[in-house]
Amino acid sequence: MSITRPSLSALAALAVALAAASVLMIFFIAPEDADQGLSQKIFYVHVPIALTAYACFGLGAWKALRLLLTRGERYDLESYTGIHQGTIFGALTLVTGSIWAKASWGVWWTWSSNQLVLFLVLFLFYCAYFMLRFSIEPGPQRERISAVYALFGVALIPVSFFAIRLASDFIHPTVFTRAGPQMTGSMFAAFCTSWAAITLLAYVMYRTELAGKRTDVNLRELREALAR
Amino acid sequence: MTAYLGDVAALARKDLRLELRARDTLPAMALFVVATLVVFHFALPAGASEDAAYGLLWVALVFTALLGLGRAWTPESEAGALDGLVLATSDRSAIWLGKALATLAFLLAAEVVALPAFALFFAPLDGPALLGVLLASVGICAVGSLVSAMAAAARGREVLLPLLFLPLAIPLVVGGVGSSISPEPGAYLAFLGLYDAVFAILSWAAFEYVVTE
Repeated sequence: MSITRPSLSALAALAVALAAASVLMIFFIAPEDADQGLSQKIFYVHVPIALTAYACFGLGAWKALRLLLTRGERYDLESYTGIHQGTIFGALTLVTGSIWAKASWGVWWTWSSNQLVLFLVLFLFYCAYFMLRFSIEPGPQRERISAVYALFGVALIPVSFFAIRLASDFIHPTVFTRAGPQMTGSMFAAFCTSWAAITLLAYVMYRTELAGKRTDVNLRELREALAR
Repeated sequence: MTAYLGDVAALARKDLRLELRARDTLPAMALFVVATLVVFHFALPAGASEDAAYGLLWVALVFTALLGLGRAWTPESEAGALDGLVLATSDRSAIWLGKALATLAFLLAAEVVALPAFALFFAPLDGPALLGVLLASVGICAVGSLVSAMAAAARGREVLLPLLFLPLAIPLVVGGVGSSISPEPGAYLAFLGLYDAVFAILSWAAFEYVVTE
């Protein structure tokens, strides 16, 4: 590749700057929500985190597909790191969603929020990914099995989403909707800034973890070469 | 195409014949599902609605399927039989399809015991509910045969299989319960059919990568 990628520290600094800007915009520029008041502010964090988690799962599955099609070994670590980041952001989605549910509905958990239930299912699914991965001896078979399971994840996301929508008909006839008044321009700007900050943060974390994992693998190979 | 179907039939027949000779899975599944239904009778408080019983039926079916799936690849894992199958010249997805059909036969046989027992103990089952059971069984065996092959490659497969399988089975339980209790079961049956199609194609395409070294 002739294009040099921007350095990791520059990206990290940009992510911090964007995060700071988004905090300022959330609290000082975006108007307070008429219905929910201050508690609506968590929307600017919760939704971008959820979208970032989806993006990370998608990235992990994309790298898994590349692994299966090209047999390129490096995609294994990339897929694993993407899913690891997705699981971290998925857990954060559950936490922030739970806080929001407590603030606006008075309960820590509600089965009538389809998005939260979906993230719980995905969280369980991807936790099993790690169990699977660490129960198989490292090697090509582990790479392929992990990749196939990661691909099942992206098929499970829409199927589960649809299933949870169907289930809410018989489990809870009344469905809460978050469709409040339309976002004003400044609210949307704050949302987008926050989204950009969190996506960039996820990317920086992804690159950092990947660099660490690659160093780890290289170090182990060197040790094995020396031991011989 | 006929050669492919012939391979699938031979592989499925091999599993059925093994079961007929050794009888180590099917009696266990049938006994387990009846025992589970009896436990559910005591778990349901008196005066619980029939809807709750339909929900528990699906728990019983999923766990019975897990019992069968846990043993699905045992014959192959002994004496390196799976390596032999993988090295055989046939298309490797035939191994998955044969296994899925054999486990489907076991699961349907267990349901032939379970559903009359459920109707006797708890509540009657109508046509859409039975269709829902059939469609969900197809999905359970399609996905289950693949994830149990994954688990068979790992340490501690008995522990791993439920963890891998249950999140994938949640949509099937939704479709199954919906088709049993909803006054308009059409959407749930269509959903089960969609699930079966998506995951059967995915499992069929992906199986080769799970078994090859």
